[in-house]
Amino acid sequence: MPVKTYLQAISDGLREEMRRDRRVFLIGEDIGVYGGAFKVTQGFQEEFGPWRVIDAPLSETAIVGGCTGAAIVGMRPVAEMQFADFVSCAWDQLVTVAAKQHYRTGIPVPIVVRLPSGGGFSGGPFHSQNPESSFAHIPGLKCVCPATPYDAKGLIASAIEDPNPVLFFEHKHLYRRIKDEVPDERYTVPIGQARIHRAGTDVTLITWGAMVYTAAEAAERLAASDGVSVEIVDLRSVLPWDKEAVLASVEKTSRALVLHEDTRTAGFGAEIVATIAEEAFELLDAPVKRIAAPDTPVPFAPPLERAFIPQVEGVVAGLKDLAAY
Amino acid sequence: MAIAREAAPVSSLHEVREAGLDREDLLGMYRNMLVTRGVEERGHILYKQGKVPGSFYTGRGNEAAAIGVATAMEPDDWGTPTQRDMGAHIVRGLEPWRIFAQYMGRVDGPTRGREGNIHLGDPAIGHIAMVSHLPAMLPVAVGCALAFRIREERRIAVAWFGEGSSARGDAHEAMNFAAVRRLPVVFVCDNNQWAYSTPAHLEYTVEHVADRAAAYGFEGVVIDGTDVLAVYREAKRAVDKAREGGGPTLLECLTLRMEGHAVHDDAFYVPREMFEEWAKRDPIERFRHWLRENASLTEEEEDRIGSEVKRLLADAVQRADASPQCDPATLTEGVYASPEELETPHHR
Repeated sequence: MPVKTYLQAISDGLREEMRRDRRVFLIGEDIGVYGGAFKVTQGFQEEFGPWRVIDAPLSETAIVGGCTGAAIVGMRPVAEMQFADFVSCAWDQLVTVAAKQHYRTGIPVPIVVRLPSGGGFSGGPFHSQNPESSFAHIPGLKCVCPATPYDAKGLIASAIEDPNPVLFFEHKHLYRRIKDEVPDERYTVPIGQARIHRAGTDVTLITWGAMVYTAAEAAERLAASDGVSVEIVDLRSVLPWDKEAVLASVEKTSRALVLHEDTRTAGFGAEIVATIAEEAFELLDAPVKRIAAPDTPVPFAPPLERAFIPQVEGVVAGLKDLAAY
Repeated sequence: MAIAREAAPVSSLHEVREAGLDREDLLGMYRNMLVTRGVEERGHILYKQGKVPGSFYTGRGNEAAAIGVATAMEPDDWGTPTQRDMGAHIVRGLEPWRIFAQYMGRVDGPTRGREGNIHLGDPAIGHIAMVSHLPAMLPVAVGCALAFRIREERRIAVAWFGEGSSARGDAHEAMNFAAVRRLPVVFVCDNNQWAYSTPAHLEYTVEHVADRAAAYGFEGVVIDGTDVLAVYREAKRAVDKAREGGGPTLLECLTLRMEGHAVHDDAFYVPREMFEEWAKRDPIERFRHWLRENASLTEEEEDRIGSEVKRLLADAVQRADASPQCDPATLTEGVYASPEELETPHHR
């Protein structure tokens, strides 16, 4: 099976959907001639032409609103926000118009908004955020956060097929760093199903996106140093999220740690912790732990950003505490 | 100084025929105006009877503007009417009884009680329900036009908004994007001079909202929004131009909002003389007079149309009132669409 980067997997998934479904078109800033700020759509305009790979003006509101209108009259639009941070400019179109359309009027809005998200390379406060928690609070949206190349390709196909507005959070730090086997043929990965990234018996670690790799490294270290067996649940999507998979793992380990790159207060981790407390309290041998970024904007300087984004050392310490409780 | 073209009034039947309307069409437009006002008057009565929850909004004074534009559209076209554009829904075939059911929050309203007032649409008539965040529907209408352009279809979209919402960024992004891509969309500004209590001069400083069209690189036209035939003629030109690949037009229909923002608002801030002056230009009276003078509308015809409309509305209210209340057990249904819902003709 061919080995592909996370970025190549997304790119292949998009190209495949465009080839098989003429309703699919792409729109975003600099995605055509330039191939996108991260080159996810490189070569697409040559293959599909300027009306299926549309270079939009700097207008996130018009891009997302335009996708909604086009979807309602039968298209399957995929928008790219150049950086996930800029989706704030399209908040109203997503939250007010697209998310509520089906409940209000019964009209489906099958749009996908791709959101290159996450930090780790001094992008500063406006090129590093992970805004999935804000959107996970909005009924009517779906929020997908793949961690592996296989899932990235399978989930982009599912997102495009889905009859609802789907936000596709693709982590920039994984784009070229993460490689894995990805089938050439088309497949889908269902939205809302977690996967076990690493099986274990002593502590459950629930996370998604780039933090899956931070978690995996921490788990390896802890296994080597202390013989603690950590099970990593990769949620893959936060709306809907796979409650059953999380509770099943907690039932096995009786200890849970939730890890995310976004800031702590009212982050999506809080929802997971609350659910475990409500539905699995009597299974627990220790209080559920949260590790997340502190409640600040994402800083620029490397020492500050390292202190902001959860690091392996911190996760190891958290897991140790939990295992020893 | 005005930059937009100021549309002349329509003077003769000959001119109307040139624009593609025969006498039956004219009587149909007259009837639609009566239905539009009648729906809103009946709705107001239902509100006073306590049958309409929430508040109640009307478009009194805007009937000609909405109907003139909607009459110029083809059935396959799409639009995003605002709360002042009841006439557009009537012209394009939304049945009055379903509008009353919507007002009363019943299951047979187009939004099945999920929404109230005129926050309604129907794919069958090519209308997408508005949201309160005006003019958030402008980019959506532009998106419809984008799809038509991608598929090279001869269809257009109409994007309605008000002079108040012209101050928001969505309006700018929608017009600029439509212009850059020369999309088949007609922007229609219902300028009723008051955004809730805020007068137009505190919303924009150009003489006309339509003057802004020049800045985007397309034509702007200011029309007397009480003259249904002038609105129709200009809308038809703009719609035809868009359909032929000529890109967007911004039409501004100047009217006065003849009631408060909603029924709770007595509009004390609007000068009394302004109401008196515009009452003389009531769009329905004006068109009735024109039809008598130019299309030999007879008293018998007037009576016949008038009583048909009365009967239609009375039956509609009765039918809507018989529609069931919403079942709380359905509260969480429909937040998400299921895949089979996309197997509708316009999604193929």
